[in-house]
Amino acid sequence: MQFISDNSDLLWSAFLTTLSLAVLSGLVALVLGTVLAAMRVSPMLPLRGLATFFVETFRNTPLTVVFFFLVFGIVQLDLQFPSRFTAAVAALGLYTSAFVCEAVRSGINAVPPGQAEAARALGLGFGQTLTTVVLPQAFRTVVPPLGNVWIALAKNTSIAAGFATTELTAALQRLTNVNGNQILLVFAVIIAAYLVITLPSAWAIRVIERKVAIVR
Amino acid sequence: MRLTKYAAAAAAFGVVLTGCSSEAGQQAAEQEADSSASVNTEASFEAGTTMAELNEAGTITIGTKYDQPGFGLLNPDGVPEGFDVEIAKIVAGELGIAAEDITWTETVSANREPFIQNGQVDLVVATYTINDTRKQSVDFAGPYYVAGQDIMVAAGNPEGIEGPDDLAGKTVCSVEGSTPAQNIRDNYPQANLITYDVYSKCADDLTNGNVQAVTTDNVILTGLVAGNPEGFELVGNPFTEEPYGIGLALGDQEFRDFVNDVLEESFEDGRWAEAWDRTAGAITGESAPEPPTIDRY
Repeated sequence: MQFISDNSDLLWSAFLTTLSLAVLSGLVALVLGTVLAAMRVSPMLPLRGLATFFVETFRNTPLTVVFFFLVFGIVQLDLQFPSRFTAAVAALGLYTSAFVCEAVRSGINAVPPGQAEAARALGLGFGQTLTTVVLPQAFRTVVPPLGNVWIALAKNTSIAAGFATTELTAALQRLTNVNGNQILLVFAVIIAAYLVITLPSAWAIRVIERKVAIVR
Repeated sequence: MRLTKYAAAAAAFGVVLTGCSSEAGQQAAEQEADSSASVNTEASFEAGTTMAELNEAGTITIGTKYDQPGFGLLNPDGVPEGFDVEIAKIVAGELGIAAEDITWTETVSANREPFIQNGQVDLVVATYTINDTRKQSVDFAGPYYVAGQDIMVAAGNPEGIEGPDDLAGKTVCSVEGSTPAQNIRDNYPQANLITYDVYSKCADDLTNGNVQAVTTDNVILTGLVAGNPEGFELVGNPFTEEPYGIGLALGDQEFRDFVNDVLEESFEDGRWAEAWDRTAGAITGESAPEPPTIDRY
C-alpha cells in the first residue's frame, strides 16, 4: 500500500483530470447533441442533412481515429488546439454529441404528435414548440439512455492516455512500470478511482429517472 | 475423356507446385548463406553440461522480442529478425544447432525472468539490460551491446540541445510507463515531459513543433531518425548505460562461460560486426561500433 501514499499527488491529479475531461466533454456533448437533435427534426432540409452528416460521421468513426485527427491531422491544415487537454475535450465532446443527438431524437419521437399539433394550433412557431412543449417532455424519457452515454463517456476518457493527457489510465501505465511487484494492487486502485465516478452516476441517474418520470 | 482432362490438369498443377517448392527451397538456401551463423557440426561437450544436453537434443528455445526493429522483430513469415536474433543464432551455431532448429519464444519485458526461472527458455536475447536487481534471479552473459538513453531533436538542432541538462524548460516527449520517461521525471524535473503510448506520436509532435525533443534508448531513436533523416537528428550524447546481456539460468556457470567465449570469439572474428551491419546497422546506416568488453562478474 506504500505506493499509494508515495504517488498520492499523481493519483489525485490523474483522478481530477479524468473527472474534468468527462464533465467538460459531457457538457459540450449535451449542448451540441441537443442542437443536433433539433436540427434533425427541423422542417428545413439543409439543416437536417447537415446534422445527419455530422452524426453519421462521428457515430461511425472510432474514437481513437477522432483523437488522432484532432491531435495530428488538423496540423496539416495549420490548425492546432491550445493544449492536449482541450483537444481531448473536443474529441470526446464531438464523438459523444452524436450519441446524445440520437438519444434525444428518440425522446422527441416518443412525444405524442398531438402535443406538437396542439402547440402549433395555439400559434407557437417551430422553435417555441420544440423548446417549450416537445423537448421538456422528450428529456424526461431519455434519462436512462443519456445515463448510458454518460457512463460510456466517463470510460472513453481513457483514450486520452494515448494522447499526452495524464489521466487515470496513463497513471496506471506509469505505476505498473515502477511497481512491477504490486501490479494487481495498482489495478485495484485505478479501477476504484473509475468506480468513484461511475457508480454514483448510475445511482444519480436512477434518482433523476424516478423524479422526472411522466405518468401517462 | 473427361478423366484424362482432369489428369492433365492435375499434372500441370503438379508441375506448378514443384516449381514453387524448388523456388522456395532456393530462397531458403540464399537466406541461409546470408546468415552469419555457421553451424559447428563438430561441437562436442563434456557430458552433463547444459551445452551437451542442448547439443544432444539438437534444438534450443530462445526468447527474444518481436517488436523491436533492428533487434528482434517478427517478419511477415512469422520468423523474428534482428541483431538479437543473429547473436542468438551465433550461440546456437556453436552448440551445433542450425538456425532453423531454434524454437523462438516471444519474451516481453515483464516475463523474461519468469521464463528463464521456469525453464521455458534456455536463453533470452531480448534487449535485456544487465542490472543488479535482475542478477539476483538470473545470470547474464555479455554484454554484447551497450545502448544508452539519448535525445532526438529537429534537424539542425534549433534549440541547441546537447544533453539532458539542456532540456530544462523545454518540452520533451517519451512513452508513458517507460524507464527513460521515469529517468527524466526523477533526475531532470526541470524538463516539461509529455508522454504518448508509442514513439511514433512523439516523432509526429516533434515534426509539428509541439515538443522540442524526444528521448529514449538511442537504438530506438536511430530507427526514427533513419525513417526521416531530413526532419530529425540524434544529439548523440548518451547519458545512461544500458548493457544488453544474454539471460540464462542462475548458477549455470559453465553455460555462461561458454556463451561469453562464443561472444568474444564473434567480436574477434568479425561475425558480430557482420551481424550488426546486416540488422540494426542496415537501419541506422552506421557501421558497427566497437564491441563491448565481456563482464565475467
